[in-house]
Amino acid sequence: MKILVIVPCYNEQASLPKLLADLEFLSLPTKYELSVAVINDCSKDNTAEIARSSYATLINLPVNLGIGGAVQSGLKYALQNNFDLAVQIDGDGQHPPKELAKLITCYEETNANLVIGSRFIDKEGFQSSFMRRSGITYFRYLNKILTGQKIYDSTSGFRLFDRRAIRLCAGYYPDDYPEPESLIFFSKAGLVIKETSVIMEERNGGQSSIRHFSSVFYCLKVTLAMLFSSVRKPDLVC
Amino acid sequence: MLRAQVITIITSILFLGLVFRLVVKGKLREEYAIVWLLLTGILVTFSFWEKGLRLLSDAVGVAVPANLVFTISIFIILVYLLHISLVASKLQHQNKTMAQEMALLKIEMAKLKDKVSA
Repeated sequence: MKILVIVPCYNEQASLPKLLADLEFLSLPTKYELSVAVINDCSKDNTAEIARSSYATLINLPVNLGIGGAVQSGLKYALQNNFDLAVQIDGDGQHPPKELAKLITCYEETNANLVIGSRFIDKEGFQSSFMRRSGITYFRYLNKILTGQKIYDSTSGFRLFDRRAIRLCAGYYPDDYPEPESLIFFSKAGLVIKETSVIMEERNGGQSSIRHFSSVFYCLKVTLAMLFSSVRKPDLVC
Repeated sequence: MLRAQVITIITSILFLGLVFRLVVKGKLREEYAIVWLLLTGILVTFSFWEKGLRLLSDAVGVAVPANLVFTISIFIILVYLLHISLVASKLQHQNKTMAQEMALLKIEMAKLKDKVSA
């Protein structure tokens, strides 16, 4: 089985070398063959050089597309190169590569189309700030109302996509703040979504895409996007 | 003729001339020019034909004719702004797809180069 690790990066020169090293020496069951693709979303620092001088494939975006567009580039690459699975691991060091095994185990047990690594099932590791947790709780309920599914960590970017999910996302993936919205999209498309407990860390460097006053805007934007997604037919978007 | 009328006519005609020039020079696409031409056309017509404006206002029950001009103009501008947002969204989507294709093609190209030189 070919697995592609998609690492979306925007100015992650501080944390990328360690992440790449961790991934290189990661031990997985022998039937899995791991490749790494670093997506450089037009960083202003040395992210591209670090990735280029490593074993990883560098997908160098000519303009800044935001996290959604960057992840989608990786998924398109996975589709074109016939990967069986794709995993998103953020470039900031929040998602420890050793936790990848847990996602794979969950995938093997459930055969889900999408496996989400969740911070909140066992409440271990970095739990984020109170404000953020409140936001995530809010999204959990919104998601429950709109799709009937209970997903604890709907903002988690630590996700494993199977072939069907890869194909779907290569066609459409939301641009900014894609995680909660894409869950609605997946549910409507009939994907099976599973969640498994993982331990996350605090970011090693760089900055979150969600900061300060923009968090209110974030909640509003995501709420709107989720509502629209829930009334949209999944095959309507191209 | 009222002074306001003269000013409106001159401004509208100057604006009309500008839109024409931009289309001729290829800086403005015809489909976007249509709205501007229509809007300016309405302004010029009613600047000359004041009685017509009064008749129209009476017909729809607007007391001050100028308000009819404002209402219609603002509505047309609103629709046009929505159209512009639509164009911007489409462009953004096309731009994203293009950027992704380019990045993926660069990888393919590098692979081919390696193969050729090997």
